[in-house]
Amino acid sequence: MSYITKSPWVIHYDGSSCNGCDIEVLACLTPMYDVERFGIINTGNPKHADVFLVTGSINEQNISVVKQIYEQMPEPKVVVAIGICATSGGVFRECYNIKGGVDTVIPVDVYVPGCAARPEAIIDGVVKGLGVLAEKKAAMKEKAIAVLDTEAEAPAPEPPIEIQVYGSTEPREHGGAHDASTPGKGEA
Amino acid sequence: MEFSIFSVISAVLYLLLGPFIGGLLAGIDRKITARMQGRFGPPILQPFYDVGKLLEKEAVTVNKGQDFYVMACLIFMIITGTLFFFGENLLLVIFMLTTSALFLVIGAFSSASPYSQIGAERELLQMMSYEPMVLLMAVGLYMVNGTFRVSEIVSHGPLSLKLLIGIFIGYLFILTIKFRKSPFDLSLSHHAHQELVAGLKTEFSGRTLAALEVAHWYENVFLLGFLFLFFANGTWYMAVIGVVVCLIAYFLEIFIDNVYARMKWQFTLKSSWLVTLVFGGVNVLMLYFLKAFSLIGN
Repeated sequence: MSYITKSPWVIHYDGSSCNGCDIEVLACLTPMYDVERFGIINTGNPKHADVFLVTGSINEQNISVVKQIYEQMPEPKVVVAIGICATSGGVFRECYNIKGGVDTVIPVDVYVPGCAARPEAIIDGVVKGLGVLAEKKAAMKEKAIAVLDTEAEAPAPEPPIEIQVYGSTEPREHGGAHDASTPGKGEA
Repeated sequence: MEFSIFSVISAVLYLLLGPFIGGLLAGIDRKITARMQGRFGPPILQPFYDVGKLLEKEAVTVNKGQDFYVMACLIFMIITGTLFFFGENLLLVIFMLTTSALFLVIGAFSSASPYSQIGAERELLQMMSYEPMVLLMAVGLYMVNGTFRVSEIVSHGPLSLKLLIGIFIGYLFILTIKFRKSPFDLSLSHHAHQELVAGLKTEFSGRTLAALEVAHWYENVFLLGFLFLFFANGTWYMAVIGVVVCLIAYFLEIFIDNVYARMKWQFTLKSSWLVTLVFGGVNVLMLYFLKAFSLIGN
């Protein structure tokens, strides 16, 4: 059994969010939703974090910041894009200073669309992320064993999970142009 | 120098059960804290899950020395507690405790991160705050019992609390610093104070952080054992009362943690020295006078 799913510590970064999603992220920590029930702690330190929550789209000035936080997190780690801006750029997508969704800079594992994403959807997204964490942990173990034999290739990345917004009946589609060019980890 | 089977058993029990009791206490702490804040709280075993998780993570260290220093902190902490529960000399135990704390500070200083550095400086200030009281405790216990050896204090010393009530209050005060509770959790805390990111432990991750956490568990059990020393006089009913008072003191620390905000380091230093001087100093002075007029033995 993997302990990683029982104690996911999160770090929250505000890309260029309007603070709507940030408030909803913080609402998850309040007595109303109390994510500490699942062992989730808001750390503020990338070196202690397992789950990277990004709200808001990525702008030209914080590309390096997001990359740096991602690189400082020890493996296994999961990135959750929260809100439609983090998912695809949202209404800010065409702005001159906006690069796009989080997946234009770092690989994203779970998308939680919504404007603003509801706390239930965020918790659901993080819990979905735990599954990915467990898979990545298993892959780490396999890779460690495989390296002993040969220089094995890394397993193919899992396709991202999409969370359905609470209340809507159909999965939301988000953009096409940015999805096609999801950069891998090797770019960094 | 006598080896009783009892001291060997208690030392082995501390070595084996220390982290379990410490971890359980930490879990109960988090649960009670959550309930005080109107939350449901994590499972009681959450601290063990956290450490299990940290052991599973990728090892990332800033420099080669860091791991060594934190491991040394853990090992010296284990030695401290083991010597204490073995019934060794109290002064030796206190110096070992200081050595353990110093290794932690060196570990934090070893990285260039400003958060880690400020955390280490604050840890030094905390050590400055609590060390005088810890030394006065040893002095007081010696004056009452006539020995520094823990085994003799526990087995056939008089009830220390009667004559050391001031030092007992002073120890309760610095226990807040040692347990890293508000208002004195300057260098690092388990809560969401993030002006220093994570303070002292900012640069520790994975296995190193897990070692630090286990060191805290060992330390907390040892500190409560120290508190127990005030109640030990060789009788079973005082032993029961001692354990109950330890648990009440732990609950009190959790309560204080939840009702206070974090104070500045100036307040920590001034208040703890004031308490040390007023309660500890006056207590030791009184013991001198009592001895001078032969009102107590030894």
